[in-house]
Amino acid sequence: MATYDFLFDGAGLRDWCDTGKTGDGPVSMADLLAKTGVSEEQTAWNLPFPSLDELNEACGSIAQSRDLTKGVENSFLAAKDALRFVLDPITQPLSWLLESTLSVFEATPWWIMFPLLMIVVYFASKSVRLVIFVTACLLFLAFVDHYDHAMQTLAIIFVCALLCVLFGVPIGIAMSRSNRLQRMTIPVLDMLQTLPPFVYLIPLIFLFSVTEPKLYGIAIILYAIVPVIRLTDLGIRLVDKDVIEAADSFGMTDRQKLFGVQIPLALPNIMAGINQTIMMSLAMVVIASLVSAPGLGVLVLRGIRNLELGVGLVSGLGIVLLAIILDRVTKSALDRVNAAQKH
Amino acid sequence: MTDKIEISIRNLYKIFGPDPKSALEYVYAGTSKADLLNDHGHVLGLRDINIDMRDGDITVIMGLSGSGKSTLIRHLNRLIEPTAGQVEVDGEDVLAYDEEKLRTLRRQVMSMVFQKFALFPHRTVAENAGTTLKVRGVAKHDYLKEAHKWLDRVGLQGYGDHYPHQLSGGMQQRVGIARALTSNSPIMLMDEAFSALDPLIRTDMQDLLLELQKELHKTIVFITHDLDEALKLADRLVILKDGHIVQQGEPQYILLNPNDPYIEDFVSDINRARVLRVSSIMTPLDDSGVPPDAHGEVAHDDTLESMITRSGGDTSHSYLVMRDGQPVGTLEMTSLVKALVPRVASEAGARKY
Repeated sequence: MATYDFLFDGAGLRDWCDTGKTGDGPVSMADLLAKTGVSEEQTAWNLPFPSLDELNEACGSIAQSRDLTKGVENSFLAAKDALRFVLDPITQPLSWLLESTLSVFEATPWWIMFPLLMIVVYFASKSVRLVIFVTACLLFLAFVDHYDHAMQTLAIIFVCALLCVLFGVPIGIAMSRSNRLQRMTIPVLDMLQTLPPFVYLIPLIFLFSVTEPKLYGIAIILYAIVPVIRLTDLGIRLVDKDVIEAADSFGMTDRQKLFGVQIPLALPNIMAGINQTIMMSLAMVVIASLVSAPGLGVLVLRGIRNLELGVGLVSGLGIVLLAIILDRVTKSALDRVNAAQKH
Repeated sequence: MTDKIEISIRNLYKIFGPDPKSALEYVYAGTSKADLLNDHGHVLGLRDINIDMRDGDITVIMGLSGSGKSTLIRHLNRLIEPTAGQVEVDGEDVLAYDEEKLRTLRRQVMSMVFQKFALFPHRTVAENAGTTLKVRGVAKHDYLKEAHKWLDRVGLQGYGDHYPHQLSGGMQQRVGIARALTSNSPIMLMDEAFSALDPLIRTDMQDLLLELQKELHKTIVFITHDLDEALKLADRLVILKDGHIVQQGEPQYILLNPNDPYIEDFVSDINRARVLRVSSIMTPLDDSGVPPDAHGEVAHDDTLESMITRSGGDTSHSYLVMRDGQPVGTLEMTSLVKALVPRVASEAGARKY
């Protein structure tokens, strides 16, 4: 009946096939269709690819594709408790950190937050024009009642980008000192960078409860940490060999060399990495609103879900403004570092 | 100047490649540099180097690019590890040093000046000059004071707060020299220190170095590919070619008695009148006493150029050579003129290398 019957009949495996056949297995969609419609005539032109499902039709002992996905799911669920047992306590501080930062950003009244942000921007960029621009953007956001959401987004980015730098820079330094570690780390970084963000939300949802902040925290950090690691590694490796040799010839210890020469000279690259990391956190924080991350992303999501075009577009504009602010401020900080150590 | 040997290099070999130890056996057996590369895939960096450097001397190591001179100087402070041989500094075997002692050596005994300056671009000129002290843990106030002292000494008064990129090449190298001097180490290693500078600045820097040396009497190892520079600075000259020593000795002696076509070709382009000194070509005074027909007295370290000016080009003159107020020899202008022509005219063998 099935296309590949001849394979198993020819190999004398028919008995083995039939012993594996269970009559009351779930009925597939194709079976149902076959029952209702007229079965197509088999010609060489519509010969189906010998996939698992096709072979299963000819021989019941062969697994179906859905058994494969089922198997992946089962093995993940089996490992889930063990993973949770390890990961839950380790990542718990991230939840606390996100919760407390969010409540601090939300609790701080706007008339304290505005001057505070202006001071931060001024010290990062030393540019009055930029301070005026940032203030104007924030005033606009507050004026259209997006202030609270913007602050939530900012709080999440603040925590996640900070953690990215805190972990990413040391990892990058370690990579720059060991070629083996670099070879091992790069495939992982490549994977993190190419996996669509939605894909690593899936296992995270199974591992942690959707109501926990660390769920989106981890997703954002995994997504955004890559550039800062890469650029730290690159920056340190690009430091002028002659200068390193000079440092050696004066008897610097590894520590003196790292903090006195390599990191300062790699700083432009590290700053570029931090800029990228912040921008990627912002991109992810919008997607993370699917898993209960608060902020402007929630409004965008509402716009999509309820087809509220205006809500979606205005909050989208808010995200763009936030992105411009973060980018300009970090870029101008980067420029100041660059100007200080022109060769 | 004492006769104490400050740095002594014995049977030093350096081979670059995946397995230098086994390649060394071939070199001991007499395999040439080209054969070693073709047959065994190893590069012979240095072969059987033996040099004694005296305390307070400027030892110039000269060779063309690829001759191994930069490799050699890096063996002295072990920026490069040798394949075989000994390096002794002040009687101690440097190669036996552990990391801690090596660091002390680099911090306190040797300081280095680099061809490409290798200043720290993120630190001010004064901080750069003080690096050698900062590394030792000297407080900022103290090392800056010392740095400013040496910056003044090399002619960079008032530039302490600038950044290296704001200075010209010559000034940057002055910072490099100040940095090495600030460490107050007895030995200075200078790796093509002036090669990246343009000719006028280079002459200035050479004069500066000689002037400093007159006062400080450091043991200086100077690498160069420029024979004029080598002859100007050297108390002792070592000529390297393809990783081995072709000739070493007093520069004047090498100039007058080159023992290899390679060196003859090198020295044939030199303005001999400016480099050679009276003492190198005079006839030593024997017991017969002072000849009566001398046209005057000249100092033993006068250059031939100044003698030609003095005699007005008249080759019939002869002079009495004086050292420390005592007559030590006579100089015939005819022998002076002969000394101006290289022993082997350069035309035949020129630019073969």
